[in-house]
Amino acid sequence: MPLFFVLAAISVISGLLMITSRNPVTSVIWMILSLMGVAGIFLTLGAEFLAIIQVLVYAGAILVLFLFIIMLLNLRAELVASHTLPQKVVAAILGAVLLYEVVVVSSTGVEESVKGTVDVAKVAVQGNSEAVARLLFSDFLFPFEIVSVLLLVAIVGAIILGRKEF
Amino acid sequence: MAPLSYYLILSALLFVIGGVGVLTRRSAIMIFMSIELMLNAVNITFVAFSYYLNQLTGQLIVLFVITVAAAEAAVGLGIMVALYRNRESLNVDEINLLKG
Repeated sequence: MPLFFVLAAISVISGLLMITSRNPVTSVIWMILSLMGVAGIFLTLGAEFLAIIQVLVYAGAILVLFLFIIMLLNLRAELVASHTLPQKVVAAILGAVLLYEVVVVSSTGVEESVKGTVDVAKVAVQGNSEAVARLLFSDFLFPFEIVSVLLLVAIVGAIILGRKEF
Repeated sequence: MAPLSYYLILSALLFVIGGVGVLTRRSAIMIFMSIELMLNAVNITFVAFSYYLNQLTGQLIVLFVITVAAAEAAVGLGIMVALYRNRESLNVDEINLLKG
């Protein structure tokens, strides 16, 4: 329980610092910390494979790509004048409404009839990666193939977008 | 072990932080990062439900979400490089090429 609160505090506070810091590079660093917190949350939920993937793919690949692009483009810090006050007020109101909505919906309880038979905590002891892999290559084989085609399309798209003529 | 609602509220908080980031920041790259934060918030919900409903399916979906996020980052950052080449700026207030 205390572990959950520590990890939740890390991810929320660094998320807040991410959206408030002016310098994009600082933002990326806070974002990495936030993602590490989320990876810890995954660990407390018995999803160790996902925790590792989170660190490797998100922190290791995606955010390094972000850093790379930010430094490549030499972005100046956002202009203070463009941070207009009305926009912030609207954003705060919309955020509060959304938060209220989600909290109300999530406190209505869970339909017990959809409960499965896999005890995730027990699976984590026996080997979470093995269980995930078995499911991935049996029931989820078709989505898995589609996702690999999606990745291929993304590679081709990124190469075409990166050409000089655009 | 923290109850399910704690995880859902944490997820809601992160999602709202991402949403406010999208609404307040003006740099396209920051908006993009806020969207990634929102995707992460949804991932927490999936994994929490996977734990409390005794199904591994939620973890599989998160795996696919992470893959799609990686593909999205590659294409999105490609678009940003192309934009920057043409307009010398990533400020979304100045990018109004499609405005009628």
